[in-house]
Amino acid sequence: MIEVKDLEKTFGSQKVLKGITTRFEAGQTSLVIGQSGSGKTVFLKSLLGIHTPEKGTISFDGRIYSNMSKDEKQNLRTEIGMVFQGSALFDSMTVEENVGFPLKMFSNKTPKEIKERVDFVIERVNLIDAHHKMPSEISGGMQKRVAIARAIVNNPKYLFCDEPNSGLDPKTAIVIDNLIQEITKEYNITTVINTHDMNSVMEIGEKIIFLKNGLLEWEGTNKEIFKTDNEAVTDFVYSSELFKKVRRMYIEEDMEEKK
Amino acid sequence: MKQLILKEVDDLVIDSLGIVCFISFFVGGVVAIQTALNLTNPLIPKYLIGFATRQSVILEFAPTFVSIIMAGKMGSFITSSIGTMRVTEQIDALEVMGVNSLNYLVFPKIIALLLYPFVIGIAMFLGNLGGWMATVYGGFASSNEFITGLQEDFIPFHITYAFIKTVVFAFILATIPSFHGYYMKGGALEVGKASTVSFVWTSVVIILMNYILTQMLLSK
Repeated sequence: MIEVKDLEKTFGSQKVLKGITTRFEAGQTSLVIGQSGSGKTVFLKSLLGIHTPEKGTISFDGRIYSNMSKDEKQNLRTEIGMVFQGSALFDSMTVEENVGFPLKMFSNKTPKEIKERVDFVIERVNLIDAHHKMPSEISGGMQKRVAIARAIVNNPKYLFCDEPNSGLDPKTAIVIDNLIQEITKEYNITTVINTHDMNSVMEIGEKIIFLKNGLLEWEGTNKEIFKTDNEAVTDFVYSSELFKKVRRMYIEEDMEEKK
Repeated sequence: MKQLILKEVDDLVIDSLGIVCFISFFVGGVVAIQTALNLTNPLIPKYLIGFATRQSVILEFAPTFVSIIMAGKMGSFITSSIGTMRVTEQIDALEVMGVNSLNYLVFPKIIALLLYPFVIGIAMFLGNLGGWMATVYGGFASSNEFITGLQEDFIPFHITYAFIKTVVFAFILATIPSFHGYYMKGGALEVGKASTVSFVWTSVVIILMNYILTQMLLSK
């Protein structure tokens, strides 16, 4: 579980995060949504320890990040997996080497144990015959799978994903969403996903937080987001005609069920 | 780390050998021909061709001129490879995993370039060999005259001086392009710009250090 209390972050004279308080549970896929410039990326980078907030605390299962020693922070990093927007695979390494990299750097496993674990996670993300291929030789969807495999190879407690669906076709995007959700449940991971993809919001948003101008404007589930009256959320989520129709249909169905 | 260093040795040192050998051989030849063509006075001995070639190649051409070429070849490779890693979030990925990215990316390059003096040693040899071949086969002087010139008034400290410069240039070649790649911001276009800026600064610093080291080591 990750608990965020009163998080504030300023760049120069601009306050990007203005006191965010929320909580992400283990075994749940939590989504952070909001317009560009709303503070989503800064929020995620603050959770990852890339940005140091001026105020507030972030605690990982009760361990407050700002109170941790250098060694404790280093240990925490081995419990974190991250899927970057552009996958961020190392160009000079094969798929197998990319996935095994965190184990090679931070575990005491033997090369044989590393190989076994790498084979297992590559299989888990349904990558077939890609072990020895270079990242440039595989498709965007496969690169995302490799990035997920690399993120989970160390059995992380916390998984962060920055726009995991960007640049993917809708079908592959759904596959990636489902894979992240399955892995979250299977290994009881606390997963936080930064996204713009409304399909993801509807499909896997067990908890959604909506940021606006650095403030937590709304939080709820993918069921609650259909019924919310919050204008900022509805303007953002239902900006397209398609989603407006989906929302109307959902509300009508819900009312019929209640009758 | 050992594997990373070996990879950098391959990328930076071994991959540079071809161009260094090619340029050294022909520039050595050109230096010899130019010297020979300018020796119009019959009172000036022909062995001066060998002497001038040796002095030019060992003192300046091999350590300095080759290093400036390497600022373009190795330097732009280092800047663009690290810069691309920055643009594609690979450096962020290293940091999130808890890897000290600066150490991981730059330290192996510095260690690999400890072998750079060997490249310059080869450049020195091939420069003189090119000069000898151009002189002898061009009919400017005999082999004996050229070799006498190579041995004439030889000061062993000049070799030491050349290698001291080479070690300093190797450090500059590893660090300045890495700095420009690591701290770049932007996209693909900026990677190209960073490579150009890195080449300019690496060359400028090499030339300034060349002046300072020559003043310190050779002037009495």
